[in-house]
Amino acid sequence: MSHKTDVVIIGAGPVGLFAIFELGLLNLNTHVIDNLDKIGGQCAELYPEKPIYDIPSRSRVNGQELADELMLQAKPFNPVFHLNQQADSIIKLDDYWRVKTSSNETILAKCIVIAAGAGSFVPRKPPLENIKEYENKSIFYSVRNKSIFKNKNILITGGGDSALDWTIDLASIANVTLMHRRREFRAAPDSVSKILDLEKSNKIKFVIGQVSQLKGSNGMLEKVEYKFEEKFSSLEIDYLLPFFGLKMELGPISEWGLNLNENLIKVDTEKFETSVPSIFAIGDINSYPGKLKLILSGFHEAALMAQKCFSYCYPDKKNVFRYTTSSKELHKKLGV
Amino acid sequence: MGAIIVKDREDKIHTLIAEPGSNIMEVIRDAGLDIEAACGGCCACATCHVYISNSWIDKLTDIDDDEESMLDQAFNVTRYSRLSCQIEYDENLSGLELTLAPE
Repeated sequence: MSHKTDVVIIGAGPVGLFAIFELGLLNLNTHVIDNLDKIGGQCAELYPEKPIYDIPSRSRVNGQELADELMLQAKPFNPVFHLNQQADSIIKLDDYWRVKTSSNETILAKCIVIAAGAGSFVPRKPPLENIKEYENKSIFYSVRNKSIFKNKNILITGGGDSALDWTIDLASIANVTLMHRRREFRAAPDSVSKILDLEKSNKIKFVIGQVSQLKGSNGMLEKVEYKFEEKFSSLEIDYLLPFFGLKMELGPISEWGLNLNENLIKVDTEKFETSVPSIFAIGDINSYPGKLKLILSGFHEAALMAQKCFSYCYPDKKNVFRYTTSSKELHKKLGV
Repeated sequence: MGAIIVKDREDKIHTLIAEPGSNIMEVIRDAGLDIEAACGGCCACATCHVYISNSWIDKLTDIDDDEESMLDQAFNVTRYSRLSCQIEYDENLSGLELTLAPE
């Protein structure tokens, strides 16, 4: 699919969401890309229930609440979200950037705003020798096609919700072994009790340990070795599904020709523009003298970035600065 | 003030000055050693994983549920594993020895 807009925002975390609002006040339309399946970035994924105390005027707000309210604030501007995909490549056309996502969507935009935090969330992969040979052949970090597991020996590793949910789901069609480093699980109580029932009735096996070695050929696993308290054992398996949560990676952005400072994108402090004109970076992903990685810094950066985006999108128009408290025009946009 | 002794992934030993009130992850990170600490210290990732030396492991405050659960996302976890952001430095910990866990 192909779309056209004023500004593409990469990252639907708090700073990306506030950028929708600031750009919207200036009549700029936005499309937002995020690798997660939901809006809110780290706030919603890493610490939805953890309280934050340093958002101005919010004496205490948890990550999910903050994301929800920023979304509410952005809503009048009708942003279009492209979730479950990352921004893979960008090409400069005459008047537009062409941004291509990992789901093969194309978005044309005058400006690109990178609000990608610490990067995009990707599955945490066990540091095992030769693991790459098996990935997407007999090792999967997410389940797309359940039917290949039918009547096979599956090993699921991890102790969180994903590991338990898939163990429960696949137990009815495959021989599932669940492996975790300890007896306790951090997951929904209902799933934990289901797992205990399945184990009791011999519908699954549970093993305490951590995988230490993979064995197989041509990408197909035959067995794994695992370790518990210095003791090694082995297990014959066809498929391995490791569920160790997500981590963050800068990913393809690092190849876009922007000046970087380690894994951060260098910007100026007037417009928060990168070394490439009309590409901006705001929030935790940028770097400038005195930078503090605070959500409130990202909000400030979003407001200044938006001013410059306006001049790229409407080179002939004068931008009149208005307050939301008094401007009738802004009230109309906000629907109040 | 005091110091902690950190072995990095190349087996190089570093003696790092530590101030009471900071946590061990911050001491390691601020010294420029290679520790990811992606979440910044709120016990929401597992990228400040370290191994505490045999002689120190039992002198630390007990691991709580949050930290134990986060360690579920780390690899090569042993009985010496801790998340360094969850250990607050005080003078009783001067001389603490630890090793950075593999990435």
